[in-house]
Amino acid sequence: MPTLYDKIWADHYAGTRSDGEGLLYIDRHLVHEVTSPQAFEGLRLAGRGLWRTQANLATPDHNVPTQRRADGIDGIADPVAREQVVTLDENCRRHGVTQYDIHDIRQGIVHVIGPEQGATLPGMTIVCGDSHTSTHGALAALAQGIGTSEVEHVMATQCLAQSKARNMAVCVAGTLKEGVFAKDLALALIGRIGTGGATGHTIEFMGPAVEALSMEARMTLCNMAIEAGARAGMVAVDDRTLEYVHGRPLAPTGAGWDAAETYWRTLVSDADANWDNEVSLDAADVAPQVTWGTSPEMVVPVDGSAPDPADAPSELAADGIERALGYMGLAPNQPVREIELDRVFIGSCTNSRLEDLRIAAQVVAGKQVAKSVKQALVVPGSGLVKQAAEREGLDRVFTDAGFEWRDAGCSMCLGMNPDRLLPGEHCASTSNRNFEGRQGYRGRTHLVSPAMAAAAAVAGRFVDVRELL
Amino acid sequence: MKAFRVETGLVAPMDRANVDTDQIIPKQFLKSIRRTGFGDHLFDAWRFQDEGDVGARLEDRRPDPEFVLNLPRYSDAVILLARDNFGCGSSREHAVWALLEYGFRAVLAPGFADIFFNNCFKNGLLPVVIKEHEADRLFDLVEQNEGFELTVDLPRQSIGLPGGETLGFEIDPMRKRKMLDGLDDIGLTLAHAEAIRDFEHAYYQRRSWLGQ
Repeated sequence: MPTLYDKIWADHYAGTRSDGEGLLYIDRHLVHEVTSPQAFEGLRLAGRGLWRTQANLATPDHNVPTQRRADGIDGIADPVAREQVVTLDENCRRHGVTQYDIHDIRQGIVHVIGPEQGATLPGMTIVCGDSHTSTHGALAALAQGIGTSEVEHVMATQCLAQSKARNMAVCVAGTLKEGVFAKDLALALIGRIGTGGATGHTIEFMGPAVEALSMEARMTLCNMAIEAGARAGMVAVDDRTLEYVHGRPLAPTGAGWDAAETYWRTLVSDADANWDNEVSLDAADVAPQVTWGTSPEMVVPVDGSAPDPADAPSELAADGIERALGYMGLAPNQPVREIELDRVFIGSCTNSRLEDLRIAAQVVAGKQVAKSVKQALVVPGSGLVKQAAEREGLDRVFTDAGFEWRDAGCSMCLGMNPDRLLPGEHCASTSNRNFEGRQGYRGRTHLVSPAMAAAAAVAGRFVDVRELL
Repeated sequence: MKAFRVETGLVAPMDRANVDTDQIIPKQFLKSIRRTGFGDHLFDAWRFQDEGDVGARLEDRRPDPEFVLNLPRYSDAVILLARDNFGCGSSREHAVWALLEYGFRAVLAPGFADIFFNNCFKNGLLPVVIKEHEADRLFDLVEQNEGFELTVDLPRQSIGLPGGETLGFEIDPMRKRKMLDGLDDIGLTLAHAEAIRDFEHAYYQRRSWLGQ
């Protein structure tokens, strides 16, 4: 019997191509400045147009500065980055694509604005030239990250040519303890199955601990599915999904809503669905997580230590650990609590939504960022998240504590804009990748939840946030 | 797209697991709006001792003499031998463009990340999945024999070793055909434009709220 993934796949199967590939019809294509210019150029060279203009929605996010937003395009100091944002403006204008541009309050990280606007709806197929497109699966959508050639293919044909992935169930029993969040759950899973553990699969997250998560927490979980190697991550529809979608600007209304709801309620895996792979976790076993190395699978609970290459199962694994320890400036067996932090980053498509900011603010309220921390940044996921947070006074909580309160964008998650680490600096980051150089040349990233990042900012090193609550 | 049939050439070993696309082409080069210019920055942070940026000229850079691709014996490599989960992380197709522009035509590894694997087939870079023990052996052979060459034969689905021995590999027949012919993927799909339109029409009747 079908899984949720099987159902959405079948509903969008537009036929089999002459070479045998399946054609998967795409409802929504999200576009940003970095992976789209070569695709638009490809269309131009081939004399092709967009198959369905209104399926596309664009926003600049990777390159935009997070300060002095009123300066708009002129505020982008790097001429190469500026050209890319201008190119997105021009391409959207030429093709009639709706864009939330740099001046628009709705601008933000593409994976934050999709759900926020109701551009992401249950049962949809969604693509974007960005691997973290898996985020949208939290709304029971089939959302996949694609390369630029596929971006062009979807623009021209409204389809992806692909074969079906396998089904993986990640079942999480029990309840997350106080101070432990979806981010910790995701990191614990990746620590267990590895960054290639779900390659070739679509993961459906399920079980009592997942059902208990808010929609924003489900987005964090699905966002990190790609870090386990999955093609997509998803959570089935429930009341919480429908409550979240209802009233969003692009969500259906009236009779349209009623028809949609009837269908959306069917977007769950059948009880006797067939799984190619199953993984079970107990939420009660998960502690706050901290990555020590240069891959998301190099992760330990906050009371843990970096590994010793001497204990590695193979020479290749020992080399990998040694190399990561060297890059991170850590000794074998060094407790992660001893790591002194230079910067703290709260933001990214993983953890920049209102709930994330509320949790972090709760931890820092009335406290101060440690003097040893050079910079602590809060970068909301969208202009609307920023506005909502300001209405609640969260900006004041952060700035009173010594954080900088910025404008929306990808920012220091990947440092394509000016927000970067300097060589050798350690950063507690709520983002998704601790790869070498990811946040800045020779920078050292430690992935954590927003609560753990906030606690780390106050302490100047990693502490168990549960001690502060 | 460049077709791939048979390639014979020098092999360079990249003896690390989980090589991510951030390493293959670092983020600062993604600001370009062009499809070219990435080869000079392949593995930039590993290849050079200075921090690179868009437009940096090769002659102004400081290569790391110990990095494998900077060793003279591998300077003309066309086949990259790698470890498991090669190309994980970001969806950036720039990683594939950089490998091709640098001169690689095939990557051999025990496993590839999905998006990278897919991107390879859109550009004519052949990703070949080999077995772990074959990878171990090939790494030893490359290390021990300067000038070590392999022949990657797509029609026969084989990797030819210098002594005449061959290793077979599996590949999806659809992907194989497209690679052999260097076919334009969009053209292939647009040949079915009518079927897509028919599907679309029925789909929006069935999911009427999406047309609102």
